[in-house]
Amino acid sequence: MLAEIGLFALILALLTAVAQAVLPMVGAVRGNVAMMMFGRTAAQLQAVLIVTAFAMLMICFGRADFSVQLVAEHAALSQPLPYRLAATWGNHEGSMLLWVLILAIFGAGIARFGDNLRPSLQARVLSVQAMISVAFLAFSLFTSNPFLRLFPVPADGAELNPLLQDPGLVFHPPLLYLGYVGFSVTFSFAVAALLEGRADAAWARWMRPWVLAAWVPLTCGIALGSFWAYYELGWGGWWFWDPVENASLMPWLIGTALLHSAIVTEKRQALAGWTILLAILAFSLSLIGTFLVRSGILTSVHAFAVDPQRGVFILAMIVGSTGTALALFAWRAPQLKSGALFAGISREAGLTLNNLFLMAVTAVVFLGTFYPVIMEAVSTDKISVGPPYYNLVFVPLMIPLLLLVTVGPVLQWKRDGAARVGDKLRWTAIVALSAFAGLWIALGIRNAASAFGFALAVWLVLGGVMVLVRRWRGPDGFSGRLVRNTPPAVIGMALAHAGLGVMTAGVVMMSGYATSKILVMTPGETTMLGAMQVTLNSVGEVRGANYTATQARFAVREGDRLRDLKSERRFYPISRSQTTEAGIGTSILGNSYVAIGDVQAGPRGQGIVVRIYHHPLVGWIWFGALMMAMGGASSLADRRFRIGAPVRAPRPLFSGNLVPAE
Amino acid sequence: MKRLLFIAPVIAFVALVGVFGYGLTQDPKKLPSALIDRPLPAFDLPGITPGGGFASASLKGEPMLLNVFASWCAACPQEHPMLTRISGEGVPVYGLAWKDKPQDTRDWIERFGNPYRRIAADEAGRTAIDLGVTGVPETFILDKKGRVRFKQIGPISPEDWDGTLKPLIARLRAEA
Repeated sequence: MLAEIGLFALILALLTAVAQAVLPMVGAVRGNVAMMMFGRTAAQLQAVLIVTAFAMLMICFGRADFSVQLVAEHAALSQPLPYRLAATWGNHEGSMLLWVLILAIFGAGIARFGDNLRPSLQARVLSVQAMISVAFLAFSLFTSNPFLRLFPVPADGAELNPLLQDPGLVFHPPLLYLGYVGFSVTFSFAVAALLEGRADAAWARWMRPWVLAAWVPLTCGIALGSFWAYYELGWGGWWFWDPVENASLMPWLIGTALLHSAIVTEKRQALAGWTILLAILAFSLSLIGTFLVRSGILTSVHAFAVDPQRGVFILAMIVGSTGTALALFAWRAPQLKSGALFAGISREAGLTLNNLFLMAVTAVVFLGTFYPVIMEAVSTDKISVGPPYYNLVFVPLMIPLLLLVTVGPVLQWKRDGAARVGDKLRWTAIVALSAFAGLWIALGIRNAASAFGFALAVWLVLGGVMVLVRRWRGPDGFSGRLVRNTPPAVIGMALAHAGLGVMTAGVVMMSGYATSKILVMTPGETTMLGAMQVTLNSVGEVRGANYTATQARFAVREGDRLRDLKSERRFYPISRSQTTEAGIGTSILGNSYVAIGDVQAGPRGQGIVVRIYHHPLVGWIWFGALMMAMGGASSLADRRFRIGAPVRAPRPLFSGNLVPAE
Repeated sequence: MKRLLFIAPVIAFVALVGVFGYGLTQDPKKLPSALIDRPLPAFDLPGITPGGGFASASLKGEPMLLNVFASWCAACPQEHPMLTRISGEGVPVYGLAWKDKPQDTRDWIERFGNPYRRIAADEAGRTAIDLGVTGVPETFILDKKGRVRFKQIGPISPEDWDGTLKPLIARLRAEA
């Protein structure tokens, strides 16, 4: 019964979406207010219906109703309840339902919080949003119906992929989807602007919070995914350049570019066409990411069940949305009023350069990800490019980008001078250069690259701090009033840029100074890795809710600190698969990481294979990402976004001594 | 001219869709079979130490493994103990270091130990293209005549070895 209610709600949602796609658009063209207003009602109704459908599916999973095929295939009685609930989106059909759920919630958000939007713009945005909704609902209903019944009803179900039975993975997909789907809103804004032929400052101001609303969860989602891979795959790496990882990185990179170019469009009315293109690309890459995971076009550890038919449908959706949007762009964008001119050294120029680098990085990742597909199309080989490619091309592009990050915020809008910029950056540059020189000497002549990497981190963190310092220091020194009046957006920017620096430090440390060792150990045996002393205390069998495991207990001593770590090799009998749970001892300065393999003959007889890693500063990578996300959230909290009223022209506080623009 | 700039994204997109469309018509599961029952593509590669390499023609006489690995590969340390065990069971394991600097490969071998009878360095990655390598680690099972009989994608787990590869090796040994 519940499944049928869910299915029925989903069908109603599809019908609502069809109406929402047509009526407001017609209303916007004809200037019919009632038809435009219908979009708001429809968007909220659609959200209620899809929430209902999703709730029904979740209840089916919670109650382990095996008469629903999806539940029978992905949940087992022995599975703990939270993972059974998480299984709702741990499979293809359910994750598509989560997609449309988030899509509908964002749509309802535009309807609810868009009171200050131009009604014709809001109507068009909601209509485009509904078109995407129609496509995804149709995809869900016609090719991947989550509510299919199964007869005869089995006594117990299969189970969620054990790799996915992990707290990190419970939140990872929803966060990623919030990001992917969030870019549908900016896409709708872009298409609506093209249809209206207007992309002005107000448009950019309305769109920016939605860019942030997608970017913040996407940042968290990627970081969480990376963290999950780190502790769950048991390889001790934090980024593998796997196609699916790249699929989430590409919209993030474009989204970051969009975040910055939208500022230019808002403040200076320039780069409107470019901002629109980025908004289209960000969502298109999210769709392509979805396509990638589900079509089987590329093989990946993360891939869901592969089905070329679904791939055809998603490809058709990409053609329909991206193709139409890009065609519209080619047709309408040249007519958009291009904004004010700016000089070669100016905030606008800096942000444009930032955008170009981010685009180049995205192109590089894109090429690396799709190289096998492209190669297969033009020749018969099927090959892929590995980390060497990315290290070769990604790093050289990132260095100038990271250098630029600290320069950008000191630049003035419109026109600035090299001398003035140099003046503002003097101390940051001196500290970063001394860090470079000092580290180079300390680390040794061969490690110039690491020294440079750390100096870059110093440059970024200090750059972020200096943004606030410059803001807080008036003509009479630091003033509490200036501190209190700092807009959250400025704090957010400083936090995000500093976060990038923290992350850089972690990445550089991990690339240059991570150590590891593999050996066969017998209980009681002790080994050293650098300053880390690892003793295997015991090996035993343990039993979990739905798995059995070999568990090894270690005592790990680093300096005065003694820790007990345990690593497990779990076997899940229902799905006949195996996972490794690494034992990780965390600290600010680095992690000790032990993972066990199978039983093998070693020099002292039968023992267990042990991999030991020391990962210095690895936590900084994720903490830096978290700082970036918090920066984005702080920016989102800026009241200038929430209050749509036109802002007063800023009154110069003291003539001749302007507060730096943010 | 400026117009062209705005049309460029559409053109690029159309080309991309063409590639994706073609990709969809290809069965991803066909991937490993291109070389099955065929001899290895010819190669003669240097080793990571002088004189340490080998040629494809020398890989015959008994069933063996050709393992593609790299020092930068994250899953290779996980597979490494398995290779040690396999070579300990008397099955020859040959290594192909893919897109790796010989010095890095040497450091890696020194750190983890050497399960390989010989290691060839495919620094440019050309041989790996001929072999149709899609990622590391990957392992080819060769029969007595040096033909490829099986391809394992990803690390060899103890279950893979006991359940699939070891019985296959035994069968290949029994072949004339």
